[in-house]
Amino acid sequence: MGKLAIETRGLKKSFGATHAVAGVDLAVSAGGVYGVLGPNGAGKTTTIRMLATLLRPDAGEAQVLGHDVVRDAQAVRSRVGLTGQFASVDEDLTGVENLLLLARLLGYSRRRGRERATDLLDAFGLAEAAERQVKKYSGGMRRRIDIAASLVVPPELIFLDEPTTGLDPRSRNQVWEIVRVMVAEGTTVLLTTQYLDEADQLADRIAVIDHGKVIAEGSSGQLKASVGAGSLHVRLRVPEQRAEAERVLAGVLDVPIELSADPVALSAGISDPERVARALAELSRGGIDVTEFALGQPSLDEVFLALTGHPAEEPPEEDAA
Amino acid sequence: MNTTSAEQASVLVTEDALRSVLLAGERPARPGPVLTSLTFGWRALLKIKHVPEQLVDVTMFPIMFTLMFTYLFGGALAGSTQEYLRFLLPGILVQANVMITMNTGITLNTDIQKGVFDRFRSLPVWRPSPLVGALLGDVMRYSIGSVIVIALGLVLGFRPEGGAVGVVLSVVLLLVFSFCLSWLWTMLSLILRTPNSVAGVSMMVMFPLTFVSNIFVDPKTMPGWLQAVVEVNPITHLATVVRGLMHGSVPAGEIGWVLVSSVLLVAVFGPIAMVLYRNKK
Repeated sequence: MGKLAIETRGLKKSFGATHAVAGVDLAVSAGGVYGVLGPNGAGKTTTIRMLATLLRPDAGEAQVLGHDVVRDAQAVRSRVGLTGQFASVDEDLTGVENLLLLARLLGYSRRRGRERATDLLDAFGLAEAAERQVKKYSGGMRRRIDIAASLVVPPELIFLDEPTTGLDPRSRNQVWEIVRVMVAEGTTVLLTTQYLDEADQLADRIAVIDHGKVIAEGSSGQLKASVGAGSLHVRLRVPEQRAEAERVLAGVLDVPIELSADPVALSAGISDPERVARALAELSRGGIDVTEFALGQPSLDEVFLALTGHPAEEPPEEDAA
Repeated sequence: MNTTSAEQASVLVTEDALRSVLLAGERPARPGPVLTSLTFGWRALLKIKHVPEQLVDVTMFPIMFTLMFTYLFGGALAGSTQEYLRFLLPGILVQANVMITMNTGITLNTDIQKGVFDRFRSLPVWRPSPLVGALLGDVMRYSIGSVIVIALGLVLGFRPEGGAVGVVLSVVLLLVFSFCLSWLWTMLSLILRTPNSVAGVSMMVMFPLTFVSNIFVDPKTMPGWLQAVVEVNPITHLATVVRGLMHGSVPAGEIGWVLVSSVLLVAVFGPIAMVLYRNKK
């Protein structure tokens, strides 16, 4: 563990009767990607806004890069970058104007600012769109200029609030690539997402947040392990042997066996991976032909369901009308 | 893998280029409040350049009012349209500028809606500079509005006895007052939710404020209670000053009144706006 990039204790924020953030404790070490995972309205954005000094906490404390977000807000501002739906660029201005504006505000000379803007646009594949108004950008381009705008002076820590929400897979991959390069260059990234695979792909550690509270924290592996080591899936050659296979597996694994609709398939949640090898050996000794077996880690979806009792990505609401 | 180079160029974020921009970034010294405010002012000018439609209020509105009032009511109110124009034009100049200040609030509220505002708030710059810069940009709008009204007046036969000096002085005073009044709209736009509601409330304040004054008519024929209202309306004093300067007299006491009310506007609404700005949800 290196030094902490972010540390919060009992962070709270309410809007009227809504407790958007109801006591969040975070310890984010410097370097790497820290994922804050939660459904819409879990309090992710509110937390980030407090960490980025845009919102004053009602209670609790937060230190970002060693500076208190309330007492030492200006020091935080000069060392972090911020990108999200709520921290965007001016749609009426062109790409280059937006970056030049920020460069000038951050102290670049006119000439160096223009060079910096051009370099950033090139690096983000926006050179051709430099002179176009941002409102005419596609979703992916828009997200890239938003990120580029946070890197005019490369920050030590960057907040990315749902950086890929609403993007097509190709644009999403580009954003992921950008995140990986930033991390490789030593930037700490705090990323919020409602996509489990995004947290799984990018984040070294993940805080799962729901109803304004951190309900679990750890690496993606640890989170998965907290709901069991995963599950074993077995397929047999002959459906008639399934009952026998079920008996054998139950005996060795000591867990309930699930029989799926597929007449040759069985699966079981497992707590101890070592027993799996024994179970398979027992099947073989019993003359049961296994055509296929797989040992799957639980998905973050299962993790979320286990932790919160409801799925992370709630189905879109039906149109009542 | 057979993507065309054009396709690659347009979509690929190249790792090396990205690495080098991350490494190449400098950390220049933080610029002072004047520079950051001017930079935000520059942004406002860029927006005028890209969205010239937004100048409709600055151009069409004063032209319409001048023509309508001069030719519809001028004869009836002052005996002749020329005589009325002499009275009205300085007043219209005041009204045009004061009306244009509403734009400040609408623009700021739009920024808040679109998220640009939070980007600016997250920057390590002098905190009031986005607000001050926007107001500086608005000074450009007031200037444009003033030039249009005066030019139109000259075309219609308005002859300021105060000469160029009187006209320039009165415009400068107007710019100062408008800049100060804009803090009221800045405050409002930080309270109200949508640009439309900002526009609505601004109108509700502006119409009585400009009409219940001596901009259009001499208040002598109004009932006593209304005259009292007109008398305390800062717009009345402003119109008196502009009229005086344009026609060659220097109403020192009235100028003092205008300057005092300008200072008061900033002293009251400036700090409230800053507190709201700092604590904006």
